[in-house]
Amino acid sequence: MNRGWLLFLQLLVAIVAILLWHLLTTVPLFGRIVLPPFFFSNPIDVGSQVVAWFVSGVIWKHLLITLVESMLAFVIGSIGGVVIGFWFARQPRVAAVFDPYIKMANALPRVVLAPIFALWLGLGIWSKVALGVTLVFFIVFFNVYQGVREVSATVLDNGRMLGMSERQLTRHVYWPSALSWMFSSLHTSVGFAVVGAVVGEYLGSAAGLGYLIQQAEGIFDVAAVFAGMFVLSAFVILIDLGVTAIERRLLAWRPAGAGSH
Amino acid sequence: MAVALEDATVAFRIAGGRVYTAVEKARLTVPHGEFVAIVGPTDCGKSTLLNVVAGLLKPAGGSVRIFNAPLHGLNPRAGYLFQADALFPWKTALDNVAIGLEIAGVRRADALERARDFLGAVGLGAFTGRYPHMLSGGQRKRVGLAQVLIRDPRILLMDEPFGPLDAQTRQIMGDLLLRLWSADRKAVLFVTHDLEEAIALADRVVIMSAGPRSRIIGDWRVPLARPRDILEVRMERDFQALHREIWSVLKQEVTRGYAQSAQPGAAA
Repeated sequence: MNRGWLLFLQLLVAIVAILLWHLLTTVPLFGRIVLPPFFFSNPIDVGSQVVAWFVSGVIWKHLLITLVESMLAFVIGSIGGVVIGFWFARQPRVAAVFDPYIKMANALPRVVLAPIFALWLGLGIWSKVALGVTLVFFIVFFNVYQGVREVSATVLDNGRMLGMSERQLTRHVYWPSALSWMFSSLHTSVGFAVVGAVVGEYLGSAAGLGYLIQQAEGIFDVAAVFAGMFVLSAFVILIDLGVTAIERRLLAWRPAGAGSH
Repeated sequence: MAVALEDATVAFRIAGGRVYTAVEKARLTVPHGEFVAIVGPTDCGKSTLLNVVAGLLKPAGGSVRIFNAPLHGLNPRAGYLFQADALFPWKTALDNVAIGLEIAGVRRADALERARDFLGAVGLGAFTGRYPHMLSGGQRKRVGLAQVLIRDPRILLMDEPFGPLDAQTRQIMGDLLLRLWSADRKAVLFVTHDLEEAIALADRVVIMSAGPRSRIIGDWRVPLARPRDILEVRMERDFQALHREIWSVLKQEVTRGYAQSAQPGAAA
């Protein structure tokens, strides 16, 4: 399928979906409207809400807050995950000691941590960052741990035969391998950073996209809820495009198609 | 002697606390500048023997002497071309070759320049910027060869290096190897399961018996003049006579090896 045709079909799906949504919420079928606008709003109201946000400029503040929270969560969680993952993988005894606790912490649904973080860190951005960090950390941690442990034995032997010391092995073999695994989880971890930020905002804050959606829900403004969701999706897609661009540069050595996602 | 194995025995601990003896009392010497090929049936411990000379494996008995000194730990005089892909996938061909010098403390710019020469020597001058996955199997082996040779090891260990390649590429690689080797004649231990390849390349052909408890059961000198053309040399009468002679011994071992690996539990 060529690119133009694909794009056309992709657009067609959106157009049909929106058209259906519009018809079902505005045009009566057999004397009644199938989707009551009170619960489902309609595309025109949602669209004008989005436009209104951007025209008045209120949305920028919220977008910026969510972006900052996500990025902080991503950076802090990734650094933590890389460092601890690397350490554990190179020190199997440490890993064995902490293993049950890591599993326990990872098994915990993060949402229940949100009130604790709000209590500890207040309603500002840091409680949201903390929530995002707990999500990002484990993804990066497990990937880096795996990456270091699964370095090919032959490549390691080759490094040793070429005269590498343990430190040089770390730098030239373990480290690149761990980073490549970390980058292959970039999409997931960035996505989770955003989830952490938005969920945190939703549960208690004074700004951000999550706050916006929560506020609209509080007054049954369904159009604004949908509008918030659309802005959020567009925001995540933009970030994802950025990640893809970074990934292309950093993982140029990888065969195409391997390890994307 | 570049390499001297005296009654080297290699054993592994396997499941159930039992001990599997892969190689038993191997005696083998490789003088300076000699090209020795080791041939044997599948799973006869050929690679094990190489790993012992490399210092990657410690023999359970006997001794390994490298240039008349006992070997402790890794063998720093040896370069090892592995059977499996051993290039660093995150480094370009050029960086893969330069790394051996870089870690030895050579300045990066100098290391890269030398690496460029070596890639040129193996016929990959135009592929310096490629990552391993962008190279064909034969090209990867060439990079591997350059990676090993740039450190100028006095002993070259090769573990079925051309095994996965197609027949034509193998011949080209064999010719390339002989050309590079003839420049400074390192001691070579070349493991292969292909007897023709062994005779065409080597000064001596050593045969191992089928495992377990595999032994060295034969040692032939190859009476063919150098320089050799790998394809031409196979037509020579001496080649064919030697091939017949060695094959008569090897054949029994190959048959025995198959019979053994067909038994249940032989996989250990």
